[in-house]
Amino acid sequence: MTDLADRQKLSYIAAQAADARLNVELETEGMTLNIGPQHPATHGTLRIIVRLDGEQVVWAEPSAGYMHRGYEKLTEVRTFPQVTALVNRIDWLGSFANEVPFILAAEQLMDIEAPPRAQWIRTILFELSRIANVSLFLGDLGVQLGAVTPVFMAFRDREYVLNLIESATGGRFHPNFDRIGGLKDDLPAGWIAETKQVMKKLRNFCDEIENLLFGNEIFQSRLRGIGVIPADVAKQYGLSGANLRASGVDWDLRRDQKLPLAYDKVDWKVWTHPDGDSFARCWIRLQETREATHIVDQLLDGIPSGPIMAKVPRIIKVPEGEAWVSTENPLGEMGYYVVSKGDLGPFRVKIRSASFNNISIVPWVLRGVYVPDVISILASLYFILGDIDR
Amino acid sequence: MGLVDKGRLPKPLTTLFNMGRSYSLWVYQWGLACCAIEMGAAFGSPRYDVMRLGVIPLPASPRQADLVVISGTVTDKMAPSIKRLYEQMPEPKYVISMGSCANCGGPYWDSYSVTKGIDQIIPVDVYVPGCPPRPEALLEGVVLLQQRIKNEDMGARWRGEGTKAIVREPIVVGGGPVE
Ligand code: SF4
Repeated sequence: MTDLADRQKLSYIAAQAADARLNVELETEGMTLNIGPQHPATHGTLRIIVRLDGEQVVWAEPSAGYMHRGYEKLTEVRTFPQVTALVNRIDWLGSFANEVPFILAAEQLMDIEAPPRAQWIRTILFELSRIANVSLFLGDLGVQLGAVTPVFMAFRDREYVLNLIESATGGRFHPNFDRIGGLKDDLPAGWIAETKQVMKKLRNFCDEIENLLFGNEIFQSRLRGIGVIPADVAKQYGLSGANLRASGVDWDLRRDQKLPLAYDKVDWKVWTHPDGDSFARCWIRLQETREATHIVDQLLDGIPSGPIMAKVPRIIKVPEGEAWVSTENPLGEMGYYVVSKGDLGPFRVKIRSASFNNISIVPWVLRGVYVPDVISILASLYFILGDIDR
Repeated sequence: MGLVDKGRLPKPLTTLFNMGRSYSLWVYQWGLACCAIEMGAAFGSPRYDVMRLGVIPLPASPRQADLVVISGTVTDKMAPSIKRLYEQMPEPKYVISMGSCANCGGPYWDSYSVTKGIDQIIPVDVYVPGCPPRPEALLEGVVLLQQRIKNEDMGARWRGEGTKAIVREPIVVGGGPVE
């Protein structure tokens, strides 16, 4: 008798277990999970609201604005030279890269061009800030997937690049070095040799990260095939930079447009990846860091001599007009639309920053993924809050 | 301990307690903007290595923290959450304000959306000026705070007079000697 009851009980449990596995007749209640606004995985103060069904995300919405500092309005009450001090805080990891497009737009309006030496040094510093930016991403990536060692390596090697930027510009983090018509100073003595050494170290760092992280089985299984963004969707959402190139779109503003920068003087390659998943996005960034060290190496060999400042009036008044310049920032396309009315300061500046468009795909790409993948997808999309909220 | 409740603590015991408190500061890292990266460099990088100073930058929530470092721009949208999490920290608690933005608004002193100084909403013990301050400056702020903790009257803290009764000049890193 007891035997029969036991058997019945057992079969009942087995049926329950089977149902649970197949998700049949097990009602789960929706749950709303709030990530942020203070969360180490969001590179600042992004808040993401996700609605969960069991372990799956059914709906996600980023809520931006916790870092809104009002750049576009502030530029209207600053003079042109003052604006660079403001805008290099937009994407705080690659500060110098934020100044360049604004300065180029102002130069376009004033119809002056920086001398060749200034253009080369600008390009070198631009790539150095890309390295400083993306190397931290590579370390941070490990932390967000549960590996702590890479971030120590990233901070160690990033420090060398920051020292270089500091010795050239005086600012470790926010250089504010670019001027309309050229640069503030020339390079210090011995800088070129030192930079070459550091580039070697950075290439070693890339190799280390590639072996340690990208070759790791757990890392691959957490990123491969997760968060796939097809090329057409990526284009529709206006993604740019490595996120777009990881979807197989061969598009890089450094190569595709003619600007007074020295990219066309060196031999380099635009990396793309056909997969469009999280792994591809991270892999592209790794390759680009390595490529950037090669670009810097080649540029260092051929810096032309000459002045670093064009002839510019002491008080800068930008003639009336409008200009749009965008460049390929570490995070993607960053551009400034500058309207001048002939005053000391701009009349209106519209800032197009890469991360804002890059996270606009979050509701699309998070739908249907599992909770642990949310963090890895957000990590691989790589945004910086100052760049989203401005 | 009855003596502690009455606020009368023998000197050696105070010294001992204060030393223990100052060398096991659990820091809650409140990274908001650019300064957060320099705070990360100070707390998380092998070059600066903050743990040798007896600072533990690991608490998962403000409820376990003794010290909070507010680093970066505080916006009006963010300010209520900062106040709320500060109130969740157990007494005695200390605040380091890192960077011009958290001190006074910094480059955004005339912006419509930025709170001009975190000291408008929570009391600040140490100001670290700079935009961003170097990691060394933050470490100096931590060391100066530890010096102050060592000289504190534990009894007053326990009697609840800690933040109210003892009005002290805040420490400014690079701004002259501490009391
Ligand atoms: S003080 Fe400067 S570096 Fe720090 S958050 Fe403000 S703008 Fe950024």
